[in-house]
Amino acid sequence: MAALINVPSKARRGDIIEIRTLTSHIMETGFRHTADGKLVPRDIITSFACRYNGTEIFRADLFPAIAANPYLSFFTVAKDSGKFEFEWIGDNGYSTTASASITVE
Amino acid sequence: MTTTIGAHPTRRLILQGAASVALLGLGNLPFGAAPARAAANDKYPEEAFKQKNEADAIKALYGRTAEPSDKVKLDAPEIAENGGVVPISVTTSLDKVTSISFFVAENPNALAASYRIPEGTIPAVANRLKMAKTTKLTAIVEADGKLYSATKEVKVTVGGCGG
Repeated sequence: MAALINVPSKARRGDIIEIRTLTSHIMETGFRHTADGKLVPRDIITSFACRYNGTEIFRADLFPAIAANPYLSFFTVAKDSGKFEFEWIGDNGYSTTASASITVE
Repeated sequence: MTTTIGAHPTRRLILQGAASVALLGLGNLPFGAAPARAAANDKYPEEAFKQKNEADAIKALYGRTAEPSDKVKLDAPEIAENGGVVPISVTTSLDKVTSISFFVAENPNALAASYRIPEGTIPAVANRLKMAKTTKLTAIVEADGKLYSATKEVKVTVGGCGG
């Protein structure tokens, strides 16, 4: 599954950086019915986590009220060069990961 | 026979536990505080999510009530043409923020998203929500053990929950 990550590739130490993520996911609420009246089962991403050089800096629990293709943006402080790791976990065993690296000067 | 007897008390205990957490409000008793903390920190807050009502969901997630604060800035459109994608964001000037949550009052389940903000991360988040109809949107910020909220009315022209 495709995930779009937007992390600045370079930053100065102490800078506040914005991290934006976009995943492709249907985020089916479990409230909708098909034309013949059957309930469409819930299929959502339930949690998201971001680690910066192994330390968790952001975690989110998501619910059906999140729009399809979940977009999340948050801010952190650039400390060291290294790697951001992202992880999405959802219903029906859905799991996807992504990573991005940053150079801190 | 034995199985039915075995199953019922367990279910009742769980329901009682959930009810007492909701009723305790401030949760100054250790029994009340423990489940609320566990829900906020560790696992997926299933119990809070099941609450249909906004106030119940806040209590189930945090175990207490929030006070309105102008230090919480909630940004959402006045009118959302498509309830399926409503961009929202929240920022705050409060210190020691540990979590941020969004509640959509008129949705089938009020709790929409809950974020854990460890130390060092800036307390500002943005995402996109679904809204069933014109509704009150509430952002809760947990800072230094207290809850602060900001609310905004969003007019929705086409609902985002389908049927």
